[in-house]
Amino acid sequence: MTATQVVRSEWTKIRSVASTVWTLSLAVVVTIALGMLISALSRNEFDSLSAQDRAAFDPTFISFAGMSLGQLAMIVFGVLVVSNEYSTGMIRASLAAVPQRGTFLFSKLAVATALALVVSMATSFATFFLGQAMLGEHKASIGDDGVLRAVIGGGLYMTLIALFSMGVAAMLRSPMLSLGILMPFFFLISNILGNVDATKKVGRFLPDQAGSKIMQVVQPPDDDTPYGPWGGLGIMALWVAAALVGGYVLLKRRDAQ
Amino acid sequence: MIEAVGLTKRYGDKTAVYNLSFQVRPGAVTGFLGPNGSGKSTTMRMILGLDNPSAGQVTIGGYPYRKLPNAPRQVGALLDAKAVHGGRSARNHLLSLAQLSGIPARRVDEVLGVVGLHDVARRRSKGFSLGMGQRLGIAAALLGDPQVLLFDEPVNGLDPEGILWVRNLMKSLAAEGRTVFVSSHLMSEMALTADHLIVIGRGQLLADMSVTDFISANSADFARVRTPDSEPQQREKLSAAITEAGGHVLPEQDGALRVTGLPLPRISDIAHDSDVRLWELSPHQASLEEAYMRMTQGAVDYRSTIDQKAGLQQPLPPGMQPPMPVPGQGQPGWYAPPPPQQGGQPFPAPAPQGAPVQAPAGPYGAPGAPGAAPGAPAPNPYAQSAPQAPQGPAPAAPSAAAPPSAPAADLTKPEDAR
Repeated sequence: MTATQVVRSEWTKIRSVASTVWTLSLAVVVTIALGMLISALSRNEFDSLSAQDRAAFDPTFISFAGMSLGQLAMIVFGVLVVSNEYSTGMIRASLAAVPQRGTFLFSKLAVATALALVVSMATSFATFFLGQAMLGEHKASIGDDGVLRAVIGGGLYMTLIALFSMGVAAMLRSPMLSLGILMPFFFLISNILGNVDATKKVGRFLPDQAGSKIMQVVQPPDDDTPYGPWGGLGIMALWVAAALVGGYVLLKRRDAQ
Repeated sequence: MIEAVGLTKRYGDKTAVYNLSFQVRPGAVTGFLGPNGSGKSTTMRMILGLDNPSAGQVTIGGYPYRKLPNAPRQVGALLDAKAVHGGRSARNHLLSLAQLSGIPARRVDEVLGVVGLHDVARRRSKGFSLGMGQRLGIAAALLGDPQVLLFDEPVNGLDPEGILWVRNLMKSLAAEGRTVFVSSHLMSEMALTADHLIVIGRGQLLADMSVTDFISANSADFARVRTPDSEPQQREKLSAAITEAGGHVLPEQDGALRVTGLPLPRISDIAHDSDVRLWELSPHQASLEEAYMRMTQGAVDYRSTIDQKAGLQQPLPPGMQPPMPVPGQGQPGWYAPPPPQQGGQPFPAPAPQGAPVQAPAGPYGAPGAPGAAPGAPAPNPYAQSAPQAPQGPAPAAPSAAAPPSAPAADLTKPEDAR
């Protein structure tokens, strides 16, 4: 049993279900469309901003505003890739064919992550250029300091979100349960924790709060975040690693149900 | 060769399989029987390394499944035909399984042809009927041309042509020297397909023997003897003479006698000596179904009951007789007379066999009206811990026509929710 066989099989699986196309294209469309919309609005609002706000104006980060919604589609993609096996019962056939469960899980994750990476990178660059086009004279250039890092980081961020969802789904197995936890967490809870003063210090270590730091180019003046862009992405990567280890350990030990 | 030694599986405090030891040999179709919830599927999943045994082990060719080199080329399994992503086409489903084991795509089209799904290969399996899904599952099991095959309920939902096809497929696979392990609820099918039987009940081994041995060990073959209807005293006379000669007589509802313990020629001789004419003297061999029911009656977890329809029925008008229960319903131990070796005690009340419901029963054939306990059911030598089947109107022994109702919490069935 070589990993390449499993990878080929997983590629067949992932390309032969409609949910792959739907979730990924939704992620692309939502991220780009919302990013463009918010960029256009920000351009019109710019003149009414205070001097302090103008100093903190971050055209790169604004063009990524659509990711807060687009990542939800990425979460659905990540959850479905893994939990489809359980909800259909296919997992029994798969594990009967690949008794080495680690090989099975990580080959599956590798295929899905590679696909997510390609789509996320394309989305990230597209949303940056289209968003900047909307921003008009306030736009940032890809050659500016830190901008390329932010754009590549945006692609990595979306990929890591998908991978984190896969790890969680591998632990929870049920698609409904996984989505029911991940969606409100990333859409509401994390934002609330990150914006309320009392919980801000904890909230900014959550995966999405820490990870999205990489898309910032202009530091807000009152920013006291204890980590930099890559540090934030590193914190996010630790979360992802924890979810994957959890998923692997549980898959290894649990009965295949 | 599949070999289980002391196999045990517990889910919390429920023991699904307990101390199961058996061997499944190559070159034969081995049937795997047991009531619902008796641990068949759990055992199959442990064979495939999907569930970890709580104790004991099961090996295929000497290896536990998860250590088996190139497992998918050696073992093929149909566990649950519905375990397919409905949005994926049949061909892609098989292709992904084939690629897992390094099987060329050519083979996928081959097995699709073998199971007769060629025309729908590119259709989403969501729209498949139960039988088509079953064929897809069988195709998946055949993919790797394996030496060991496991089928869990393979003929579920198949049409008669499909059932015949599966039967011949099993037999031909076994004839090629492969190990074929099949679970089924269809006794008539097992009787035709299997060479060897492994029977479990409540997770424990009840029997491990050939089909013919199983039938003769668990059922009494009997002779049906009929004397002229017009002369009831002849029947009394013959009953007495046969009992005297060491046979056992059990009256049937329509006036015939069921005789065990004596060969047919001897019964004829006795009748001749007592000057009794016979209208019928026929051998009757118990079916696998009867033998199976007899063995597992103490080990059934989910037993159907008579529908009391409390509060749903109009009170009977005065003078009306309540309807007679159908023979067999509500009477544990109805399927066959007790085995001869336990026949010392007087026979329990009647064991009507397929007789139509008649209003007044003869002097012998009072059918077990609700409440009339039909004597002690023959003790099952294997199922010590099985509680005595409750007497009275409620319990109904399961019959082929009315299988036990669906399990409320069948722990052997995979459920995501659990």
